Amino acid sequence: MLHMINKSPFESNSLEDCLRYASDGSPILLYEDGIYGALAGSALEARMKEIMAKHDVYVLKEDVALRGIEKLIDGVKEVDYSGFVGLVEENKAASW
Amino acid sequence: MKFGILILEGPYQHEASDSAYNFAKAAVEKGHEISRVFFYQDGVLNATKLMDVQRDDRHIQERWTDLSKEHGIEYIVCVAAAKRRGIVDEVVAENFKIGGLGMLTDLAIEADRLVTFRA
Amino acid sequence: MVVFRTAPYGSIYSFEGLENVVMMAAYEQDLTVLFIDDGVLALKKGMDNAATGIKDFSPTFKALEPVYDVEKLYIDGDSLKARGLTLDDLIIQPEVIAADQVDKMMEDQRNTMIF
Repeated sequence: MLHMINKSPFESNSLEDCLRYASDGSPILLYEDGIYGALAGSALEARMKEIMAKHDVYVLKEDVALRGIEKLIDGVKEVDYSGFVGLVEENKAASW
Repeated sequence: MKFGILILEGPYQHEASDSAYNFAKAAVEKGHEISRVFFYQDGVLNATKLMDVQRDDRHIQERWTDLSKEHGIEYIVCVAAAKRRGIVDEVVAENFKIGGLGMLTDLAIEADRLVTFRA
Repeated sequence: MVVFRTAPYGSIYSFEGLENVVMMAAYEQDLTVLFIDDGVLALKKGMDNAATGIKDFSPTFKALEPVYDVEKLYIDGDSLKARGLTLDDLIIQPEVIAADQVDKMMEDQRNTMIF
């Protein structure tokens, strides 16, 4: 499954809730306020790195640009909307 | 692939409608078929033609209508959710149709991929 | 498959998600319904809406199996436990599953809607 997260992890539990259910290896897409989970140098960076050991983590480029975020955690993959569609081609999707 | 899109959130209050629109646009541009966009819960508010938007911002309803005209995408607004929120035939914009929840069930069965956009 | 993960009343996800389940049940033989996270709270016994007037829709949850023939009802045991609840606190008794079964359950279904 592609797990879609659109809430800031500083405000909501949806990323951690989703991770309780997500199988290892399932991709995670951070979009809308979810992209704040990929902020380099944040208090959550170490946790995000643990998550990235088990999951491919993607961020939606357009939402990153919209919010003026320049530095993402190393290893986070950027996709645009076309790439987002591509992830959904490859995986069924769950919106948390 | 046949995509279905389910929208649970109203326009402007949350980015969900924008994400859904941009996803739908990217999907048709990649050659996918969008079987239907189903507007449920506060998502039904995307359909009102009474939106009056400042000129320097996007007009969410008009953008939907244009996308449907260009690509022939069907928009169904859930009747039960719409009634509750005062969305009736008289206020529904061009290319949106009010329809039953059964059309969401059909979509979930028919679409290869159903993607939900929500708050 | 329909997943409930939001508490009732505070928002309409649970109620309108349930209306959707009732509709799907009429069409689909093989509907799976799963309660996780705050979604389990919609099944709490003893709801009293007298003072607020918000519709108590828990009777419809109760009717899912006997009236609407939805037999595949599941609940995440850890979500219940985390909220200090057991099956005895609930109006129905879905089959308890572990969190790590959920991804596969979703994968096995054609599509998943989360409310």
